[in-house]
Amino acid sequence: MVSHISLLLVVVPLIAAPVVAILPRGRLPWLVAFMVAATCAVLAGMQLWAVLYEGAISYELGGWAPPWGIEYRIDAVNAFVALIVAAIAAITLPYALLSAEREIPEDKIPLFYSALLLCLTGLLGITQTGDIFNVFVFLEISSLASYALISLGRQRQAFTAAYQYLIMGTIGATFYLIGVGLIYSQTGSLNMQDLATILPGVLHLNTVETGFAFLMVGIALKLALFPLHLWLPNAYTYAPSVVTVFLAATATKVAVYVMLRILFTVFPQGFAVTTPADELFIVAGIAGIITASVYAIYQENIKRLLAYSSVAQVGYMVLGIGFASATGLTAALVHLFNHALMKGALFMAVGAIVYRVGASRMEQVHGLGRAMPWTFGAIVLGGLSLIGVPGTAGFISKWYLVSAALEQQAWISVAVILSGSLLAVVYVGKLIEALYFKPVSAAGKAVSEAPILLLLPTWTLVLANIYFGLDTDLTVGVAEKAAAILMGMTP
Amino acid sequence: MEFFIGHYNYWIVIILMMVGLYTVISRGNLVKKIIGLNIFQVSVFFLYISLGTVKGGAAPIITEGVKVYSNPLPHVLILTAIVVGVATTALALALVVRIKESYGTIEEDEIHNLDHSL
Repeated sequence: MVSHISLLLVVVPLIAAPVVAILPRGRLPWLVAFMVAATCAVLAGMQLWAVLYEGAISYELGGWAPPWGIEYRIDAVNAFVALIVAAIAAITLPYALLSAEREIPEDKIPLFYSALLLCLTGLLGITQTGDIFNVFVFLEISSLASYALISLGRQRQAFTAAYQYLIMGTIGATFYLIGVGLIYSQTGSLNMQDLATILPGVLHLNTVETGFAFLMVGIALKLALFPLHLWLPNAYTYAPSVVTVFLAATATKVAVYVMLRILFTVFPQGFAVTTPADELFIVAGIAGIITASVYAIYQENIKRLLAYSSVAQVGYMVLGIGFASATGLTAALVHLFNHALMKGALFMAVGAIVYRVGASRMEQVHGLGRAMPWTFGAIVLGGLSLIGVPGTAGFISKWYLVSAALEQQAWISVAVILSGSLLAVVYVGKLIEALYFKPVSAAGKAVSEAPILLLLPTWTLVLANIYFGLDTDLTVGVAEKAAAILMGMTP
Repeated sequence: MEFFIGHYNYWIVIILMMVGLYTVISRGNLVKKIIGLNIFQVSVFFLYISLGTVKGGAAPIITEGVKVYSNPLPHVLILTAIVVGVATTALALALVVRIKESYGTIEEDEIHNLDHSL
């Protein structure tokens, strides 16, 4: 059983997806989807535990030995990311029940849960596989499912947002495919471990360098690295609230993982430093943090404000990767986890407002903080974590990021990280002002607190934000171990 | 000259790739964008198939007396990529249908105007 966990994580949601699609309307599809997500979270937890105490797992699909067959190879890095994805799915689904009933047409509910499970399959598949072509396949499974999920939004802009994401996402995936092809042409292998041994001998070839560039641009499109982020704000704004919660907390994180894998495991450690990629990451990270944070300040829609903030947070992670040091990678991985917690909590709280008011524009939520104290509390605490106030998870990631920058005397980066936090104060402050200090509109007086089923998952994530801000053993411990593997310090 | 003629399949790949990308970027018609995307993807299929060719190699089916076979792996990979491409095109066209239903147009600039004139 334990040896099959890595495959079960992909197969269970994959098989459940079509089953859920043909279930009758009502709450049964939700129940099945929830059970599947909970199972995946437990499995992912067991997998991380097994990897931490017994070392890397290698699973040969169909009994074909790698490098010919597809291998699932799990170490601390992907077990960690898989746990984030599965746990977020398990927390999002209880939230989905009411939110989806409110925002998605009743006849589409079974299909909605089916697409959500397919998206989960793809994301978990990316984390499990040790084959770079397999990554492309899972990337497209998750992307196609998320295009469909986004288009379920109630406004017609959801269609154009999904279309825009589809075009840019497909270009990104195709770039990745070109990169895989070019590298295969020089190495004859697709297995990550195998490539890691072959690539050092052929690094001087132009084809390999071009392939590397294609891979990086393709992934950068998927993770919404500034300036390739244009699809993200619309997609997050117009998607149904549940979809935004799930995608914001998982999809870009998995793309960051793929980038780490390619940069540090597939290509030899230190290769990126010899190419312009390294400087580009730092420049793009810095530009992303500043530009997206400033954009966030001027948004009139809460979901869009948080979406721009997500682009800025991706900037922090890429900045950590750009430092190419153990501390930098630890910071990137810790922030990956913490950002999933804070954005999950914030988008859930906003979803609760949408559930009651039906809108997420600033002027429509004036003064609602007093009518919905628990939801408002979640936004305040999530916002503090986003800023990086001590005692919250956000502080831990900022701390490691600043340490990584100081290690390399990258003063500009330090200044940017700190000013990014200040800009976050402004946009979170704007949110709190609208929710609490603006007078309540006539329609807003009738609003009551969100149902408990929406508040519970939200507060689970909010409390997790506080908990992981105080006790960093799990997050930082695992992230340090994962960073050490990526830096090649432990076998 | 040998460099150009000897690699003609790769030149076709590059030309198709550029035509496809340019179409996606420059056209305002949503269906034309999808056509551009398809051309772009097809160029990558050609790239993979070219990679799998072995000079003088036969189709990779075991036959008496044949010593050299083409590499079947890129062909198999690209079968997968073609399936992905078909799924993407189908989904994109479905979205265009829904866009046409709710906006009454599939021209990008007209959609933009409709969204921002409110």
